[in-house]
Formats: sequence, C-alpha cells, structure tokens
Amino acid sequence: MTATLAASPRSPARGYWIGFAVVVALLLIAPLVLPPFWQRFVTEILIWGLLAMSSDILIGYTGMVSFGHSAFFGLGMYGAAAALLTIKPPSLWLAILYGLVGAGAIAVFVAYFATRLRDIYFAISTLVFSQIFYVIIFTWTEVTGGENGLTFRQPALSILGWSDRFTPTTFHWFALAVVLVSYLLVRRITRSPFGMVLQSIRENEPRTRAIGYHVERYKIVAVMLSGLFAGLAGVLYAIQNKFAAPDFVFFVVSGEVVIFNVMGGMGTLVGPFAGAAFFLLLREGLSRFLTEYYLIPVGIIFIIMVIFLPQGLLGFLRRRLNA
Amino acid sequence: MDQILIQTLHGLVNGMVLAMVASGLTLIFGIMDIVNFAHGDLLMLGAFVGASVLGVTGNYWLALLAAAVVIAVLGAALQVTTLRPLIGRDPLTTILATFGVSLVLQKYALWQWGPSVRQISEPVRGDFTLFHLQYPWYRIVTAILAGLIIAALWLFLKYGKFGIWIRATTQDRVMAQAMGIPVPLVYTAVFAIGSAMAAASGVLFGPFAGVTQTMGFDFTLRAFIVVVVGGMGNLGGSILASIFVSLLEAYAAIVVSPAQAVIVSFIVLVLTMLFRPTGLFVPTPK
Repeated sequence: MTATLAASPRSPARGYWIGFAVVVALLLIAPLVLPPFWQRFVTEILIWGLLAMSSDILIGYTGMVSFGHSAFFGLGMYGAAAALLTIKPPSLWLAILYGLVGAGAIAVFVAYFATRLRDIYFAISTLVFSQIFYVIIFTWTEVTGGENGLTFRQPALSILGWSDRFTPTTFHWFALAVVLVSYLLVRRITRSPFGMVLQSIRENEPRTRAIGYHVERYKIVAVMLSGLFAGLAGVLYAIQNKFAAPDFVFFVVSGEVVIFNVMGGMGTLVGPFAGAAFFLLLREGLSRFLTEYYLIPVGIIFIIMVIFLPQGLLGFLRRRLNA
Repeated sequence: MDQILIQTLHGLVNGMVLAMVASGLTLIFGIMDIVNFAHGDLLMLGAFVGASVLGVTGNYWLALLAAAVVIAVLGAALQVTTLRPLIGRDPLTTILATFGVSLVLQKYALWQWGPSVRQISEPVRGDFTLFHLQYPWYRIVTAILAGLIIAALWLFLKYGKFGIWIRATTQDRVMAQAMGIPVPLVYTAVFAIGSAMAAASGVLFGPFAGVTQTMGFDFTLRAFIVVVVGGMGNLGGSILASIFVSLLEAYAAIVVSPAQAVIVSFIVLVLTMLFRPTGLFVPTPK
C-alpha cells in the first residue's frame, strides 16, 4: 500500500519531506537571526525533544509508558561528565561514547527486569528503577558529587582533525545535526519490520505472541534503543550546560517527558518535539508572572488535553508523519 | 539490641501509617482500575488542611476530621471532573490524568502554604520507657488509631449497605448496574473515601516529620510499592506488605543511612514483580 501511495503524484510522503525540509531550514538559520536568549531556547527544545522522542519509541510505538526516562538522561549526563573529567584532553566524541555506554548499560538492566511487566506495572517499575539510580547518585558523594553534581569544562568541537571551541551557534548546529541523525534513524527503525512488530505489540500483544514473535525480546530491544537516545540527549544537555546534576535523574524530568509526549502527540516522533516546544513556551510565558506556579495552569492544560485531545497537538498529522 | 528493638517499633508504627495510605490507594485501584498518582498529594493537602485547622482551633481531633472531610469533597470533585470522562479508556490514560492532578495540587500547596515546613504538634504528649529507651506515646497512639481506621473501613466494606454496593461493583460492574446499584456514584464515593483516608494519614503522620509540599511524591511511591507487593486491590495484602516493607527499611537504616534504606523497599518491589507478580501476601492463584 505504501508503494502505491508513493507512486501517486500527490503522495503524503512528498508533503512530508517538503515540510521536513522547511523545518530543518528554519532551525538552521534560527541561531543567526534570533537573539541569544531565544537561540538557547531553540537549542533546548531540540535536546528535550530528542529525549521525548526517545520515550515515544516506547509510549507511542510499543504502548509502554515509561516514567523512568530521567535515569537514562541522567546517566548520559554523568557518563559525559566522567569522560570529560578523567580523560585529558577532553574529547567530545569520547563524552558521547561514555554517555551512551552509561545510559545503555542501565537500559539493559531496566529492560531486562521491567519488560516482564505490562501496562501500569511497567510504568511503576520504570519509575522505581529511576528512583534507585537517583538515590545512588544522590548519596554516592565521592564519585558523583552528591547533591552538587559535577562540573567540567566544555570540550572543543573537533571533526576530522579540525577543532574549535563551541559557540552557542555552533553548538546549536551540532545539536541539530545529532537530533536530525537520531530522528531519521528512529524514523527508519519504526518503519522497519522491527518497528512494525513493536506497533503490533501496541495494538495486540497476545496476538503478536501467537503469530510467533518473541515479544519480550522486542520489548527489551525497544527499551534499550529508547534508553540510548535518551542518553544521547543527556550528553548534549551536559555539554551545553557544563554540569551533571542529580536533579536531572529525579522523577520530575521523567514526568516532563511524558507531558511532552502527550501534549505533542504520541506515536509521531515529531510530536514530542512540538510538545517540548509547547511546554517550554508555556513555561516561559507563564513563569514571567506566575514564577514557579506556572505548573498550575500547565497541569490543568495537560489534564484537559488528556481528556479531550488524547492525540496531542500533532495527532491529526499522525498518518502523514508516519507516511 | 536496643537499636533493633526501637527500629522494630519504628517500623511497625511507620508501617501502620503506610498501611492507611496504601489502603486508600488499593481501594481505588481494586474498584476503579485507577492508579492514582495524586494519592500522596491528597495526603499532603490533607496534612496542610489539618495544620491550618489546628492553627485556628487548637484541637487536633477536629483538625483530623476537617482534613478528611475537606479532602473527601476535593477527591469527589476530582473524580467527577477528571476521571469520570476517562471511564472505559486505556487505564494508562488515568495515570496520565492523575499525574497532571498531582502537579497541580503540589504547586497549589506551594502557593497556598509556602515552601517552609509546617509543624503539627502532637495531641498526646509524654514518653514511656522501654528497656531504658524513651519512646513517644504519640507514635503508639498513631499506630493504634491507624489500625482502628483501617478496621472501620474493613467493617464498612463488609457489613455496610454502601460497602456491599462497593464490593458488588468490584466483582462485576455491569451486573451491579443491572441490579440497580448507582455505579457512577459508587465510583465517586470510593474515590472520596480513598482521598479521606489519605488526608487522615497525612494528619496522623504530620507530627512525625512536619508537613511540606514535596512530601506527596514520596508517599505515592511508597504506597505504590506496598500495594504491588501486597497484591493490587487486596486490602489485607497491602497492610501486611506495609508493615513488612517498613520493618525492612527500619532495620536497613541501622546499617546504612535512611536515604539509602529506601532502596531496600525498591528491591523488594522488583523481586516481587519478577517472582510473584500477583503479590506476596495473597494465596497463589489457581
């Protein structure tokens, strides 16, 4: 069916790629035209969007709600910190590698245990696992810096021998490149036979099992993939802000990730980015005169969206975005 | 040796308070299939309401009653506005909705009562000596009171007319409706009762460590743990699991810092979910 649609002149895929190119072009020129504050803001949307997209693999495509993504994000941050503090001279690529290894290692651990459980039990167990890592990081002061976390110098941007210090603009482009590669990879994965099996698990798990798929293995791989991309987001955030802190392993981050997904539209991959942008804009706009109480109206908006707009902001585009 | 004794007492007292929190949660889950993420925040709000009433009237027991009534009304209102529209949808959406409620309630408490810790003074003063260790009477009174409230809930479910309606709805909601039981009303009432239990345990727990707007999440997590360990929707199991987990945590606190002792209960939860997902304290399903 996809083939016939692609062959027709006004195929949804074509509209999708045009929209994709426009958004990427806008994001490319954003740091050149925006004032510093908004430039940083757009970079943050990219990073949080990447984290939310990683969670979408589970929420939107496999039908498992994770309330523990802060653990993967946080381990990405601490992994990057470990590389930047212990290896001289600090290397950007090693920071990414360490972050991915850190997030991947605990993703294997969480995946092995949590995927044996379904629905709310999965949600609770991911939450509990993230709290375990939070308590360990918070109390193991000698290694993790405890409550204060770790601070480090920003590594240089080095590509094939060429090397220069990060400016906010080059960091934005770097983050954009990482996010784009990740997005295209995840998009490819969700459209692959593997991704189809995940969606089949979401729709009807017993039937998927009956057809002969080893559902547990697919779920484990899904959680690991999700954890890796969440760790990548953590590395980017650590490099942008030059620190790793236990606050980012705490449950609040996981909760925000779920909010981004619900607001933007689960199962679209692009939706989580829109959700992150919507949430951060709401926070920016409301916290100017409501300070930290911005979460009261945002929470109410969130509840209203859960009840009346379960597809999220981009849900109406779901078919086209997956075309 | 003395330390083990005092930790046993600590564990039992904390376990009874936790059992009260968990019984509200398990009641709501057992009847409505709703995992109430805002349960700890209802407890926190109840504690704040109790602290305020206590500040005005100076009567602790009045504060306890007022907190339970106010939060029961709030719970009923929440159920009608946010959870009733979600009946029949994926149970995961109710987690999301109650998670939103939790955010709102927590920030509301911060706005209303500020970030500082509120103290609730103990209604029963004095210590007693237990093998040359001082132990406050209030903690013992709390444990007994929590036990009495749970027993009252159990009697109500067992013999009260409304309790029988509730149990009938748990067993078969379609048939219950056919028999003329107003199922939507039962749902609202159950949520209100669960909320009142949370609020009352908040006021009971208040004198132990003070009341802050962030205390809710901790209780939600702990209540989740014991409800799963005890078997979802199983009242007796949750109570046993509360005491079991609290005792383990109390003993662990002898060896490691209390902050790390929490991990023990996490591990109990994970092991339970792996090896006995129906719960530790329920008979093996046939």
